[in-house]
Order: sequence, then C-alpha cells, then structure tokens
Amino acid sequence: MTMAEPTASGRFGDFGGMYVPETLVPACQELDRAFRDAWGDPAFREELDHLLRTYAGRPSPLTECHRLGEELGCRILFKREDLNHTGSHKINNVLGQALLAKRMGKTRIVAETGAGQHGVASATAAALFGMECVVYMGTVDIERQKLNVFRMQLLGAEVRAAETGSQTLKDAVNEAMRYWVSAVEDTHYCLGSVMGPHPYPWMVREFHRVIGDESREQCAELLDGGVPDYVVACVGGGSNAAGIFAGFADTEAQLIGAEPAGGAAVGRAVPGIVHGSKSYLMQDEWGQVLEAESISAGLDYPGIGPEHAHLAASGRARYEPVTDAEVVEAFQLCSRTEGIIPALESAHALAWIAKMRDEVAGKTILVNMSGRGDKDVNQMMDVLGS
Amino acid sequence: MTGAVETALRARIDAGGKCLVPYITGGLGDDWLDTLRAVAAAGADVIEIGMPFSDPVMDGPTIQEANDRALDAGVTPQTILDDLRHADIGVPTAVMTYGNIAYHMGFERFANSLAAAGVSGCILPDIPLEEVGEWAAAADEAGVETVMLAAPTAPDERLPLIAERARGFVYGVGLLGITGVRSALAASAVEIAGRLKGVTDKPVLVGVGVGTPEQAVEVSQVSDGVVVGSAVVQRMLDHAGPEGVAALVGEFRAALDEA
Repeated sequence: MTMAEPTASGRFGDFGGMYVPETLVPACQELDRAFRDAWGDPAFREELDHLLRTYAGRPSPLTECHRLGEELGCRILFKREDLNHTGSHKINNVLGQALLAKRMGKTRIVAETGAGQHGVASATAAALFGMECVVYMGTVDIERQKLNVFRMQLLGAEVRAAETGSQTLKDAVNEAMRYWVSAVEDTHYCLGSVMGPHPYPWMVREFHRVIGDESREQCAELLDGGVPDYVVACVGGGSNAAGIFAGFADTEAQLIGAEPAGGAAVGRAVPGIVHGSKSYLMQDEWGQVLEAESISAGLDYPGIGPEHAHLAASGRARYEPVTDAEVVEAFQLCSRTEGIIPALESAHALAWIAKMRDEVAGKTILVNMSGRGDKDVNQMMDVLGS
Repeated sequence: MTGAVETALRARIDAGGKCLVPYITGGLGDDWLDTLRAVAAAGADVIEIGMPFSDPVMDGPTIQEANDRALDAGVTPQTILDDLRHADIGVPTAVMTYGNIAYHMGFERFANSLAAAGVSGCILPDIPLEEVGEWAAAADEAGVETVMLAAPTAPDERLPLIAERARGFVYGVGLLGITGVRSALAASAVEIAGRLKGVTDKPVLVGVGVGTPEQAVEVSQVSDGVVVGSAVVQRMLDHAGPEGVAALVGEFRAALDEA
C-alpha cells in the first residue's frame, strides 16, 4: 500500500471529505486547484526545497540512540525534526503553505495552535514572507505555553485567545475557521495538521513527506538498504506521523501511532464529522465532541486526520494509547540517556517503545523525534516538583 | 411534493407579504415551547429550531452561548424532539444543527426522528452541496425539507445547483462571516438575494447579519424574507420570557408588513 492521492472528493477510504460551511467551499476548491498546480510545478518545488535547505536546516539528521536502545532492549534511530528551525517538524508544512498562499495572492494567514509549535512556525513563515499572521490558541494552552505565546508576538503575530469550550486546540480550530469564514477573500488558513477539509489532509501530508523520504534514504544507508522493523510517531491530528509514514507505507515496516490515552480517537473507533472531515472522533452518545485530556497541549485533540483513520481501518497502521505517566517517564529517560530533551508530544512515541519492550526486543525502530522539549521545561518543573 | 415549510412561505409570498423565520435555540429555558408558540402567534411563518452542537463553527458568540447554556442544562437532540412531539406550535418548524448530530444518530434515523416529531425541515450548515447526497436522500425519503445555504463567495455557476437541491427555501448567507447582529446590513446581503432570485423560483430568504427590523426590510426589498437568529436568541439569553421574545418578533413582522 502507498499513501497516495485521495479521491476527487477528498476521501481516504471512508474518511475525509469537505464538510465546511458553504462560504468556505469555493476557498477549499481554489486551494485544491492551487496546490495541485504548485505541487506539479518544478519551480515551486525547487523554491520550497531551497527554503527547507537554507532556512529550515534540512535535511534533518538520523541519530542512532545507543544508550536509550540499550536501556529499552532494541535499536533506536531518531529522525531529528527537533533540530529544524523553530524546533519541530511544523516548519515543513508552514513554509509550503505560506509559499502557496503567496502564490495565490493572499496577504494574511490565520492559524490555530495547541502547544504553540505550529503557531510559532506560522508566525515565522509570515515574518519571512512579510505577511500578516493571526494565531488562535486556547486560553488553557496560553497559560501552559507562555513562552511560545511570547515567541509568536516577537515574530509579529497577533495571538488571540480561544475562550470557548475546552479552551484548547479543538476550540482554537473552531475560532480559526470562524475567522476564515469572515476573511476568506484575502486570508489563507494555514492549518497545522493532516486534518480539516480536503485538500488539507493530503496537502499537509505532502508537505511533511520530506520527513519520510529523507528517513527512507538515511535508513537504507545505515541498514544496508533495509528498512526499520517499526516506524513510531506520536499522533494528535497526526502530521508528523503522516509525514514519516509516507516514506514507509509501501515497505514491510510496521507503522505505529502513539495516541495520548486521554485523546485516543482511534482507540474508540467511532466515526464522526467535525472541522471539515469525517474521521474517528471522541464524542458522546449524541455526537457532541468530547474534550481530550493530555499532558501535551499539542496532542490535546479529540479527532485524528482522516488518512490515519483509513490506515487504522485498513490495518496498515496501529494506533495505541500511552498514559501521561508513561510519557513523563519516557521524557526523563530520553533526556538522561541521550542528551536530547524531547517535546512531550514526541515522548509519546518513546513511551510506546518502553511500554511494548517485549514486542520490540531486538528490533530496529525509527522514531520521529518531532520536536524539542524546551517549550515543555516549565511545565515539567511543575509536574516533577522541582 | 411541496413540503410544509415551502407551503407556508409561499402562502405569505403569494399574499404579497415578506417571510419571517426566527431562530430559537432548542431547549433553552423551561418555557421554550411557550416561546415557540408566542413567536408563531407574533407572525413567524416558519420557526428555525437550533439543536445545540459542541462545535458550532458557523455561529457567533450569542448562539454559542445559548448552545452552551442549553447543553449544560442537559438538552440533547432527543429531549428537543420529545418536547416538540407534543407541542402544538401553529407554524412549521425546521431544525438547524451540525452534520455530526445527524451523522452520529444515522442519517435515516435522524430524518425519521425529525418527521416523527413533526419537524418539517432541516438545515445542516457544514454539509455543503458536495457532501449532501447521502443526507438528502434520507431526508427526501422521510419527507423532511433540506434547506441549502448559498454564500456570497459562490461563483455564478454554483447557485443554480444549490437552488436545485434546496427544499423549503434557499438560505442566502448575508455576509462573509458567522451568525451575529451587525450595526448595518452588508451590501452582500442584497447582492446574494438578487443573485438567487435570478436563478430560482423557490423562496429566497436571507439570514446571518440580519439583526434589526430595518435591516430585514432593507434586504426584503429583494429577497422573499429573512431569517433572524442572534437578535432573537439574545432576548432568550436576557430572560425576556415568551412575551419578550415574541414582542421582538412582532416588531420584525410589523416592519415587514408596513414596508
């Protein structure tokens, strides 16, 4: 199986689609045309590639983690997205979308953010391209990620609080969509994950495919042309996982998405429609969307990208939960053994390995180290009572 | 076959009048059924009943707050439909909710539940033309009229397709934005009304950003009438009671009748 283009109606199997208010349909259709055109245009690809190399710092290295591997009884390779400019994989997508927005003649971008990584990346791209930037962030997340709020402001973005509902990522998406409905003519919605209406799940995955493509080559070099036994990534909406899975979907490698136990959309396997697509969604008996609960603001989302729902339903990828306590443990273990402080999001992937150490004993595991943990240090000081 | 919503609207139009469709948040307040009856008596032709959803992306602060209050009070799709089943309101009703409420219950079951509760129409603002097929088939089968929205951003060739699929009426979105009262009517309200009138014989009502009797009169010079949401719901949030809410609806009725 490969991770290919969705159907003309934006579907991956039974999932996906374009469930947006009528006002936004023409904008989504325009975006679909513009992305298709740009992605097939060598000049666009070259410009983006140039930015990724000279601005974002790609290719990101592959690091073999000997001490962590020894500790967990397996061979562990990190794809170092934490070393990208702005500290996470998010920059891949925003550079692509900002370049596309510019090509479409838009002058402003609006974005949602959970942990702040996508917001910071969006603010960065907007600064680079001289565009206005509005970022919606849940009030609860603004509190737990103060540093990123200030970074966005330094970068010239306007951070607006999403004060409705659970005041986290889901509500920031609602507010960003409402803003887009009002400003659709000159504003591009720079969605931060492989979710939302078509073409976003496909487009965002393609902008992150570089993670998987680079990893495939780097693994081949290290593993005598082979592929790892497992490819593991954390999953909220699922953008870093989609990017790295895209490089290995057509191989024998097992694909694993580590979900926060309090936000396990696939674990509950109930399909629903929210934020523009049909996918698995945490909801009550009446279809009201439930609030996710995770130690990591970036994974605090009750849904998952539609292509992940398809990969789960078709059996190509497994999505399994890890608890906050397991994540905190993995966060510390990685810091201590590798000198790498992982983002709490990325620590979910490590927590899965630790939890499944019997299954993965002696295997080679590629982990998407999707972001660095600097932003989480304050929060962890509280959690660990230091 | 023409449904109850379209029939009621056509009766008003054929008599030379302009249609008035107020929006009431379902289950908001113990006296909400009294509010429905009072609003009907005050001159509503059809009443839109909001079925609260946790993530209403088309709605502004007023309707969001009404949603949250109703949900906090334990309102569910079932409690609303149970209430309606025994209510004699006097005019046809149309439920407005979001796609997931219908999808989660199952499109067929949801459509049948609406019909069984005496609800004539349904509006799902996040199920656009491209996605409406499966729902529309279930609704048609159950005899529920699916109202379609048409926005100012739609290119010309899209409007006839929307109007063709619409039952009950075509809902022109008055502005680029979410529900809520604005200080003035957007130019786009009159414009979308005119564009729709040019492509369909079905009733064309404009809502979103129509918040005062003056604005209703202004847009109704071109449209067949208006949907008034946030202004009405604000009265409910202010605990105006059935008479207080009906008084506002009466003001809209009077203004439209005098124009």
